[in-house]
Amino acid sequence: MSVANAEMKRTRASQRKLVWWAFKKHRLAYFSAWLLAAMLIVIALCEFIAPFNARHRDSEYTTAPPQVLKLWDTDGPDGFEFGLHVDGYTSEQDPRSLRITYEPDPEDRVDVGFFVKGEEYELFGLIPMDRHLIGPEDPDDPMYLFGTTTDGQDLLSQLVYATRVSASVGIIGVLLAFLLGIVLGAVSGYFGGWIDNTVQRIIELIMSVPSIPLWLGLAAAMPAQMGPVARYFIITTILALVAWTGLAREVRGRFLALRNEEFVTSALLDGSGHARVMFRHMLPSFSSHIIAALSLSIPGMILAETALSWLGMGLRPPAVSWGVQLQDASKWSVLSGAPWLLIPGICVVLVVLAFNFVGDGLRDAADPYKH
Amino acid sequence: MTEPLLEVRDLHVRFPVRRNMLGRTTVENHAVSGVDLELRAGETLALVGESGCGKTTLGRTIVGAQKATSGSILFEGRDLTAMGGRERAPLRRQIRMVFQDPFSSLNPRFTLRQIIGDPLVATGEARGSELEDRIAAMMRRVGLSPDYMDRYPHAFSGGQRQRVNIARALIVNPRLVVADEPVSALDVSVRAQILNLLRELQAEFGLTYLFISHDLSVVENLADRVAVMYFGRIVELASTADLYERPQHPYTEALMSAVPIPDPSLKGRGGRILLPDELPDPANPPPGCAFARRCRHAEPGRCDTGAIPLEDGARCVRRGELDLQGIVETTS
Repeated sequence: MSVANAEMKRTRASQRKLVWWAFKKHRLAYFSAWLLAAMLIVIALCEFIAPFNARHRDSEYTTAPPQVLKLWDTDGPDGFEFGLHVDGYTSEQDPRSLRITYEPDPEDRVDVGFFVKGEEYELFGLIPMDRHLIGPEDPDDPMYLFGTTTDGQDLLSQLVYATRVSASVGIIGVLLAFLLGIVLGAVSGYFGGWIDNTVQRIIELIMSVPSIPLWLGLAAAMPAQMGPVARYFIITTILALVAWTGLAREVRGRFLALRNEEFVTSALLDGSGHARVMFRHMLPSFSSHIIAALSLSIPGMILAETALSWLGMGLRPPAVSWGVQLQDASKWSVLSGAPWLLIPGICVVLVVLAFNFVGDGLRDAADPYKH
Repeated sequence: MTEPLLEVRDLHVRFPVRRNMLGRTTVENHAVSGVDLELRAGETLALVGESGCGKTTLGRTIVGAQKATSGSILFEGRDLTAMGGRERAPLRRQIRMVFQDPFSSLNPRFTLRQIIGDPLVATGEARGSELEDRIAAMMRRVGLSPDYMDRYPHAFSGGQRQRVNIARALIVNPRLVVADEPVSALDVSVRAQILNLLRELQAEFGLTYLFISHDLSVVENLADRVAVMYFGRIVELASTADLYERPQHPYTEALMSAVPIPDPSLKGRGGRILLPDELPDPANPPPGCAFARRCRHAEPGRCDTGAIPLEDGARCVRRGELDLQGIVETTS
């Protein structure tokens, strides 16, 4: 009975369901997918999740080390006491270099709470709010879980905002690239002939230009006084214009192979127009491969943006992205005293790996009939 | 005599093989070279021949999946080859095709509902409950339960898939169906079911069939007339009974000798005729009869010069001189 039911389920299952079942078996990919889902939530709710606003700056605490979130207190006046808190800082100035260093001070307790009142912001740019997911009970107290930057900005808050920028450059850039890649690849493979030739030569031309100098050239051509939002969109577009070629080739190959299938002929005879045949009949045959390719090409895009920004050619402060954050960590003299400035780098590695695992899992799952 | 439903006149289809640097075709294959054919309303005309003879190309050209190089295809007196896509669109519904391969002809990502209903959806002819009703009715008619509507083709056998193909072809109420080897990919046990279904549907909807096959034993019970095609030309055209009894062209005889006869007492005199050599090069056709080099009756000087017309139902200069062996014993 249960075998019959399983068979029943399979024969009626849509392609999407079969892929999902296969995907769930791939543990690493499944876990990565949850990680990426969490990242998407961070992107959507970043004002709420970050303890401070993007422009928050505390010149009293520059390059302060990360604090440890503690659940109870043994050093308080009443001995053992429950309560979420972090230790405050004591500062010390080196008499010769005049450099100020901060140390956690167990005597100085900063109470931390969830959904605390803090700086005001507008959620989704619409809803005015002043609650933050986590923060110091007194907004003027220092609570820097990932430490602070050389400018005295909260690294955690910056990281949350940077995630929004960097990940969305990757995602939006890839979507743009895919739109171009799918349409041009489909047209090229489907119609063949001189259309195919033209598109392929254009692709070869773009592919033959070394990408890093091309990015640098295009990015350097942007006027310096351009606002961060415009810069963001132009960087995204530049990355997309370079990245679409690989996918266009892949899509073209698929269309070439499918073009002679009888179901394509029969769709044409059924009265479908060329566009309907291409995107309704043929494209779904490998849509899961496209989604896999999509998630596999997001990392490249994220890394490209990070590299550009790190080189100072991409986004610039006050915009924050992972690349901009890592600029701070590019001097050894700074990094040796403040290793926490590398946390954005860890974040890049995690997200890139997660996208790769999800892409791999999808690619393996995309062909449920092979079993 | 009434006007034929479909008339093919001097049809040529050529495929470019090689182009020069300017994109001009220098070498081309003649897949169909000068076919004349008439289909009368309600009849079944079988088109037989070995693989590569151009029968599938001819069928595809008639339904419009392939462009004709020259010649004309008249459907009820209107020339399809002279029409643009938009003008031809309504006539596409009158001439439908059943494909040979029941696997590649069904989109694996579509449910039966989407496959069978697509001709109606693509043109917006029916939607909603009307669409559903017509799909269900057609599925029932071809022997599929409408309960299978939301299943995918991978869940079905070859015979069932071919029923799906037939349902998709017939859902727009065509008048002419080009069936391209509809049973050759099927098990022998399933063939008879599909052939019977085709015959029933013909009677019920008044269909005209162009039945393409390489298998003379399948054709015998289904066709009214048979056209034998060789090397892009029709070499013999006769009623089924005449053709099976008294073939006029040596190629037809050779084809017939390949049909297995289960009853040894009915076995003809001739035995199996094995044809030497392969087909001539379609890019460079020989003069005279294209079959001459493989024909055991060929006479040098007569068969390999000049164009040989299709006369009295056979394209052979020695037509009538030879005593050729069919497979139906004459009742005498």
